[in-house]
Amino acid sequence: MSKVIETLERAQLRDDIPQFKAGDTVRVHFKVIEGQRQRIQVFEGIVIKRQGAGARETFTVRKQSFGVGVERTFPLHTPKIEKIEVAAVGDVNRAKLYYLRGKVGKKARIRELRQDVVRAPKGAEPAEVAETQDDSAETPADPAE
Amino acid sequence: MKGIVGRKLGMTRVFDPESGVVTPVTVIEAAPCPVVQVKTADADGYDAVQIAYDEAAERKVTKPELGHLKKNNVSGAYRHLLELRGQSELIVGENVTVEVFEPGEKVKVSGIAHGKGFAGTIKRHRFHRGPTSHGSHNIRKPGSIGASATPSRVFKGMKMAGRMGGKRVTQTGLVVHEVRPDENLLLVKGAVPGPKNGFVEVREASR
Repeated sequence: MSKVIETLERAQLRDDIPQFKAGDTVRVHFKVIEGQRQRIQVFEGIVIKRQGAGARETFTVRKQSFGVGVERTFPLHTPKIEKIEVAAVGDVNRAKLYYLRGKVGKKARIRELRQDVVRAPKGAEPAEVAETQDDSAETPADPAE
Repeated sequence: MKGIVGRKLGMTRVFDPESGVVTPVTVIEAAPCPVVQVKTADADGYDAVQIAYDEAAERKVTKPELGHLKKNNVSGAYRHLLELRGQSELIVGENVTVEVFEPGEKVKVSGIAHGKGFAGTIKRHRFHRGPTSHGSHNIRKPGSIGASATPSRVFKGMKMAGRMGGKRVTQTGLVVHEVRPDENLLLVKGAVPGPKNGFVEVREASR
């Protein structure tokens, strides 16, 4: 991309965005303007995707509202977002969680990433705590097993 | 008519800091274009302003054009010239910059469209396609191109497959979103014809 556009976009980037990825549960505090007054609306749900780069990056949050699935896409760097809170860090194996759309109830849940578990880097000898994790997520590198 | 020539750099999004409204914009970099010649109805038969663009090394500019620039005391060599019709208060030697435009102004932008090669009628002329099932063999075919014995020929200008794109296209109804004179940038709302780094002419809307 052109350097000029890069600097143009960099000037618009917000630096108060917390780190989050698909699978995390977030609370988006979104400013809503109703006529004269302005209030904050909170949209809480699971991030099912992040797409784009620079000032054009967006993320989509999915939640269940009265039994109906609701998805809302926000531009990541919009000034309309008051703040983003990361409520839970999810343990998922995909960058785009479109499969959640077809699931309801218990199946639509996402396992939470345990904070005390240190993920072993790929190929390295897994740490002892890592073995408590779901074995589908990480295969032990030990060939004897 | 006011106008300027620049290069399309690409597209991005711009947030309004107050309302948060997102605007898709095309970024056009338009370096100052010197006025080469002012044509008048008395001397040339019509009123126009000629501006030069695309500064290049002297060896890359044709000799007739160099001579034309030298005759009008333009410093530097430019590869192309553009005429903007209509009377103007510009004088020779002055520079046309992006400041001729202001935010909210309606403009039209011309450029050489992306070449699309040999394209069928659906893509080129927005024909509909035929049915895809029930034994149909007419999915992307053009259909009938005329009658039989009368007139015994195909009318000229019949819409058919052929080369598409690569021609000059003017996009009207565009609006200037922002002007940045320090960086010689014009931010135009919406898409403009042509590839990145392609030349685009930005002119005020005729109506």
